[in-house]
Amino acid sequence: MSIGPDDINQIAHLARLKIDEKDVPKLSGDLDNILSLVDQLQAVNTDNIVPMAHPMDAVQILRKDVVTETNQREKYQAVAPAVEDGLYLVPKVIE
Amino acid sequence: MFNKTVKELSIGLSQGEFSSVELTQHYLDRIKAKDGEINSFITVTDELALEEAKAADQIRAEGKATDWTGIPFAHKDIFCTKGVLTTCGSKMLENFISPYDATVVSNMKTSGAVCLGKTNMDEFAMGSSNETSYFGKVINPWSDKEQLVPGGSSGGSAAAVAARLTPIATATDTGGSIRQPASLCGLTGLKPTYGRVSRYGMIAFASSLDQAGPMARTAEDAAMMLNVMAGHDAKDSTSIVKDVPDYTASLNNSIDGLRIGLPKEFFNEHLSPELQNILQDSIKQLESQGATFKEISLPHSHLSVPAYYVIAPAECSANLSRFDGVRYGHRCEDPKDLMDMYQRSRTEGFGDEVKRRILIGAYALSAGYYDAYYNKAQQVRRLIKNDFVSAFEDIDVILSPTSPSPAFGFDSKGDDPVQMYLEDIFTISTNLAGLPGMSLPAGLINGLPIGMQLIGNYFEESKLLNVAHRFQTATDWHTLAPKNI
Repeated sequence: MSIGPDDINQIAHLARLKIDEKDVPKLSGDLDNILSLVDQLQAVNTDNIVPMAHPMDAVQILRKDVVTETNQREKYQAVAPAVEDGLYLVPKVIE
Repeated sequence: MFNKTVKELSIGLSQGEFSSVELTQHYLDRIKAKDGEINSFITVTDELALEEAKAADQIRAEGKATDWTGIPFAHKDIFCTKGVLTTCGSKMLENFISPYDATVVSNMKTSGAVCLGKTNMDEFAMGSSNETSYFGKVINPWSDKEQLVPGGSSGGSAAAVAARLTPIATATDTGGSIRQPASLCGLTGLKPTYGRVSRYGMIAFASSLDQAGPMARTAEDAAMMLNVMAGHDAKDSTSIVKDVPDYTASLNNSIDGLRIGLPKEFFNEHLSPELQNILQDSIKQLESQGATFKEISLPHSHLSVPAYYVIAPAECSANLSRFDGVRYGHRCEDPKDLMDMYQRSRTEGFGDEVKRRILIGAYALSAGYYDAYYNKAQQVRRLIKNDFVSAFEDIDVILSPTSPSPAFGFDSKGDDPVQMYLEDIFTISTNLAGLPGMSLPAGLINGLPIGMQLIGNYFEESKLLNVAHRFQTATDWHTLAPKNI
């Protein structure tokens, strides 16, 4: 499989990244090289092999449904780029 | 003083040879004098360190000191540290002061150790040479005529320990990021079993592979630090509920009769003759202590790098989607709308390697490709794990190279990212399987250190440290230091 300029723009959009027109050829070459490395996987027979999500096949541990975190809004908002009255500011989304 | 190990410093402190304030000041002075050249620290927390050292001396005066009270160390800048700049080597987090402590950070604080600062690293831990850090490359202190890489991504931690700017440091390993820099800087580094050390507050790269561990000079020091780092943490749902043994207790156990496997796939014709000889000498050394060796096979190991470069980028693209310019991290100037803000903040905040991996991951996870890439890679991952499980039926430990070569020059891997990815060819399978692995100094090639890797069965860190310690009591590779320190 190979990644062309259209694919680059499409995945860049999905990943919310902007790629400069002039960087597209180099990037598509880089990604192609990575994909041809990865394509070795296709030759392996993996019929009936369960995909491995956790090395010890551990399952999610549930805890009691009690409050464990305290409200630390001020502390967390102190590192935000823009806040006002306890709210995060973003560009206008509703006209 | 700077040539002492953590163990020796701990004894020195307890016998009153020096105070923690003196010791801490000694290292801060060294960082000031030497780090300009090697760039191993992003942040030096001198005032905080001296406060902590003072408190440690007070605790000692009250007779409540433990092994770690007052011992200086450094954190890789991937661990969130309350009130301290935490950058992960990225412009994205150039101004991020963490509002909370990672569990590893709070464990080290509770131990009474003194944090000197935060070490440089490849951006978001993606790299094997430390060239991708936004805060500049780290220079390997072993460099002589030509500047050499320290390895990566924990290159700052490795360079700082090798240059004796700190006795020990924390580090993390997703595909070899503790072991490969340990090999290239002449250090002893351990990646524990997946789930042994909490990932809470450790900025995520690939969550099913990431694991934190010590970057040390000796196996004994690594064991001491793992004692503090390891343990179940309710804040990390992938951390394992299992008692933590005292890793120092078994260091001196006899290795007579220990069965060590040599994977034939790793001892192949591509291995340089110099490295072959070094590994053969190490094998002879361990044989002289009673260990027995046999060839084993890990038939799917050649698929480790391909599987990794699906799984790690896929998880990275998901993890790094949290950097949206809203709650923390870089935000672009004057965004015209929400999409513009996301795109420009991320495009300006991330470096090239991080973007490449996000794009590969987004591609592998996108509609129509998920089964062909991600699912397939996770299936192959199980085959890789099964190879290890069968191998460990007849052996106790695996011995292999850590890195294909000693430290290399900057930009020497050319333009193709795949060349750099092959740097981790011996280390990646351990992360995919979730097994513990370590690297320890095994010899010199052209005057540069190179390590050997030991891989253990799940939760057998004690055994790895035991073998490494026995090797280090009989050899002196781990005591060698760069010339100009």
